[in-house]
Amino acid sequence: MHPAPSVIIFTSLSGLGFGLLTFLGLGYPDVSGWVAFVFFLIAFALAVGGLLASTFHLGHPERALKAFTQWRSSWLSREGICAVAALLVMGIYALGVVFFDQQWRLLGVLGAVLSVATVFTTSMIYAQLKSIPRWNMVVTPAMFLMFSLAGGALLGGQITAALVLLIFAAAVQLLYWQHGDGAFARAASTIGTATGLGSRGEVRAFEPPHTGTNYLLREFVHVVGRKHAQKLRVISFVLGFVLPILILFVHPGHLLALIAILSHVAGVFVSRWLFFAQAEHVVGLYYGKR
Amino acid sequence: MTTLPSSTTRKLGLVIDLDTCVGCHACVISCKGWNTENYGAPLSDQDPYGADPVGTFLNRVHSFEVKPEDSPPQLIHFPKSCLHCEDAPCVTVCPTGASYKRVEDGIVLVNETDCIGCGLCAWSCPYGARELDGAEKVMKKCTLCVDRIYNENLPEEDREPACVRTCPAGARHFGDFADPDSNVSKLTAERGGMDLMPEQGTKPVNKYLPPRQKDSWEGEVDVLAPFLAPVAEEPKGFLGWLDKTLEKL
Repeated sequence: MHPAPSVIIFTSLSGLGFGLLTFLGLGYPDVSGWVAFVFFLIAFALAVGGLLASTFHLGHPERALKAFTQWRSSWLSREGICAVAALLVMGIYALGVVFFDQQWRLLGVLGAVLSVATVFTTSMIYAQLKSIPRWNMVVTPAMFLMFSLAGGALLGGQITAALVLLIFAAAVQLLYWQHGDGAFARAASTIGTATGLGSRGEVRAFEPPHTGTNYLLREFVHVVGRKHAQKLRVISFVLGFVLPILILFVHPGHLLALIAILSHVAGVFVSRWLFFAQAEHVVGLYYGKR
Repeated sequence: MTTLPSSTTRKLGLVIDLDTCVGCHACVISCKGWNTENYGAPLSDQDPYGADPVGTFLNRVHSFEVKPEDSPPQLIHFPKSCLHCEDAPCVTVCPTGASYKRVEDGIVLVNETDCIGCGLCAWSCPYGARELDGAEKVMKKCTLCVDRIYNENLPEEDREPACVRTCPAGARHFGDFADPDSNVSKLTAERGGMDLMPEQGTKPVNKYLPPRQKDSWEGEVDVLAPFLAPVAEEPKGFLGWLDKTLEKL
């Protein structure tokens, strides 16, 4: 898949933002006034910034409101509704915490649940696609949720929780890579089933339908990024998990904590880039590109 | 509404005969021609006369080589357009309801004024049947020429999809798969019409007829063949002189 910056920024930042909102909604860290204001500002900036970035890949963003209508069948629609609901509920909760020193517990818990639901619906947009076997796995939503919660705990300064969640997230990341590498083969789609000719002998793409490129090849048959995939995995894992976990173990001051956060965010970005660049769409079979 | 209908009254679709298709791409051109001038946004091209032309097509013809173990390789031309799946993943993923499957005839369409151009339907399609138009930024797909097949302003023989109407080899057939006596149902039954990527669970309506097995001459040599002496001889007379002279040059 084409690793479009808009979707990478969107899934990474909004994941972190909603992760932080989850912890804030549950009352961790227990803050009020100006400190709470800064925490909520960071969370909303990440969540809303990510959502805004996602509209950049739309052909007609001016019609985006229509996307709230099809929640019965569409995960993308459900995501939109969950995101707006989470932001509204957490917005009201934030008003209470920041300006009235009131923690409306029920509202906070509801906001936290909606924030987690938003990340889950985001992950299901990808996990539902049978045409992309590497995404069509139970591990995909698990990875999005763990990344979001670990990042949220880290941003919220919850050292013990962040340590545990980062270790879990790292494990899920490894599981995703390990499981994902065999996903295309397990899906059993080959050039033989794609053409229906596999039972007659070895099938080879002889001539493409056109001499140039097209929308399908640009969007779905991204092969450039796979060259350095293994190196990028190591970079992503070290930045996203190893370094932050080591820093948290030595109980950091503010400066080291900031480095842990920045390192984690960089690692998440690299991981998300790989998530798209490495995903193989079965349509590539028709072009002999798998 | 982007939930799929539980059943459709008719199941209109195409049968594509891989045995007959000669790979001339006439269906590609007639499709582009009809669909750029009629229903919906035109099918645009970017840099059409430049070094790197790209454009939107609803129908494309691939060519595959099949190498059977015990016979020579075969070249098979393979037209591919929307299969109007019964369990169309492109419909259910649509967040706006722009993508829908019609209850009356099973055609999968896009309401272009509702399309936000998110591209998720194209992601969900295993067959690459949908393309986002580079100029209009809305999703384009085969409409089964919905503006031809019911169009009473056209002569009756033209009320079929442009690709079917134009195919010079008769490799494309249009009809109702819900009717067991239709031309397409009969062809599918007789020739073993197949689904593309059945493992994806999309239940395509369009069917592909596999190429017939090629015959072979082995064991079919005429009994008189051994008596037919080769006729090639050394040339004599003028031709012989010409042959020698040319040889010397």
